[in-house]
Amino acid sequence: MTTTASSAADRLSRPHRLRGWMWTGAGLLVVAVAVAGILVGQVTVPVGEVWQVLATHLFGARPSARGMAEQIVWEVRLPRVLGGIVVGIALAVTGVVIQAVVRNALGDAYVIGVTPGASLGAVAAIVLLGAGSLGITAAAFAGAIAAFLVIIALARRGGGWAPGRVILSGVAIGYLLAAATYFLQIMATPTQLQRALFWTLGSVAGVGWEDLPLLTIVTVLGCGWMLLRARWLDALAASPELARSQGVPVGRFQLELMGIAALITACVVSIVGGIGFVGLVIPHAARFFVGASHRRVLLESLLLGAAFLPAVDILARTVLAPTELPIGIITAAVGAPLFIAQLARTDRRAPA
Amino acid sequence: MSVELNAVSVRIGTAQILRDITATVADGAMVGLLGPNGSGKSTLLRTIWHALAPSQGAVLIDDTDVAGLPTRELARRVGVLMQDDGTDARCTVREVVETGRLPHRRLLGADQDPRDRVGEALAAAGVTGLADRRIDTLSGGQRQRVLAARTLAQATPLVLLDEPTNHLDLAAQHDLLGVFRRLGVTVIGALHDLNLAAAYCDRLHLLDQGQLVASGSPDEVLTPDLIGDVFGVAAAVTTNPLTGTRAIHLGPRLITGSTPA
Repeated sequence: MTTTASSAADRLSRPHRLRGWMWTGAGLLVVAVAVAGILVGQVTVPVGEVWQVLATHLFGARPSARGMAEQIVWEVRLPRVLGGIVVGIALAVTGVVIQAVVRNALGDAYVIGVTPGASLGAVAAIVLLGAGSLGITAAAFAGAIAAFLVIIALARRGGGWAPGRVILSGVAIGYLLAAATYFLQIMATPTQLQRALFWTLGSVAGVGWEDLPLLTIVTVLGCGWMLLRARWLDALAASPELARSQGVPVGRFQLELMGIAALITACVVSIVGGIGFVGLVIPHAARFFVGASHRRVLLESLLLGAAFLPAVDILARTVLAPTELPIGIITAAVGAPLFIAQLARTDRRAPA
Repeated sequence: MSVELNAVSVRIGTAQILRDITATVADGAMVGLLGPNGSGKSTLLRTIWHALAPSQGAVLIDDTDVAGLPTRELARRVGVLMQDDGTDARCTVREVVETGRLPHRRLLGADQDPRDRVGEALAAAGVTGLADRRIDTLSGGQRQRVLAARTLAQATPLVLLDEPTNHLDLAAQHDLLGVFRRLGVTVIGALHDLNLAAAYCDRLHLLDQGQLVASGSPDEVLTPDLIGDVFGVAAAVTTNPLTGTRAIHLGPRLITGSTPA
């Protein structure tokens, strides 16, 4: 059989030829954003001083930079940038996984109830209990897991399991939880409301060194597991029936994926709040750049997420400086147009 | 691999799709399932690979009930070429065919078979030259060959084909059935084309409204009476001068239920 590549086919496969470039580009982007994240802020710290601080901690150089620079670079900006990277990775990778499970381009942590559940938990802790930051984290985690379990229970039907119903029950439960969250916000005092609002829209401003170990371990383990399962994800994303014919125990696998995605997301949102749009927009961008194979999509999403979130965080702290914006506002403001632009492009090529 | 259907009935909701099907398929045989649309061919295939559980009865492969086999074990024994399996992702042809090796891979990804099953399957299905093309840039016929290559790569002792010649031109129809015939494994295929069934199958099973109405060699099953009864079309049967197998000539539509004069 001969291969006749039409010009249309050529155009369609062009992203594949750019693939090598995409990897390098995404990798460089992560580094560039991280460096910018450490250099940029309300207070200008000279590059030399920043380097001194990093050298002191990393290579044990003789401490020469002190006070302000040390405080800003090492205690505030670096954990914030690292937190942004880990959170970006976690949200992007779970987005890929949830989209494969529900087989719907709209899949993200909101759909499986994790984000709205966490928001309600956190806001309830702030408004009803006047909880401190540890209490808020615990309540957010509990809310996320509880909402996820309710949605899973609703999506189960008889002995079977219907991922399509996850979206339906997820959207319905999401509205219900959001209503409860808004209600609590109306009852809140202005101070409580300020905290609640920041929390519902998310922020990595408060991430400190003490938050990083757990976040990093959960994200690394979760993402590693997903990468091992990449081939099963390919089959599942094509169709559950195909996956089953290739030996994938579909129902169990879907539960496993959603459980891991829910755990990762619950850890993330309990620390940085409900950051939307990353899990939605990054997987689509990754697929656009590197094709549909999940090994590549997962890795490219990981890189893009690691670059996107710290980049958006730079905007969050500079756009209205000295006022900090919740990062969720910017992820939506930047993510939605990107998403729409990409949608327009895909539409012209082929049905997505 | 032998297959045994023991009084298999399938009910979906309130609809009785299959009724009391009993049949055996010998190891290495190529068997055709015939019958009009809605007669239950696809459902029977789905029951054999346990995508559907029978409401009564059991399916045994090499004397093992498929209901008792783990999904992965089953996929190492039974390969399926489905009519429409949703393979529309923007994957390359090679990636699609590699999916067929999934049941033979361990968690860390190593294939347990040293042979280049994917390369062999691409070659056998005549799609080696398309290996790096994206699946959504192919014609219907090319795509069907690629899906066949995936089933070949799965290298199972039992292969189920659900209307495998859809979208294929005349030569490609023969290529495809010939490839599976030459494998020497047990093949059960739902077929529409009676002449292809006569040319390639050792035995045929004729289904009508969920019941098995005839089983036997092509000579026994492809008679004008049975074809007229089940398909509602007049038929005459001769010998194909080129192949020596049965040649079925189809005439006008009959009034349902009547037999040719």
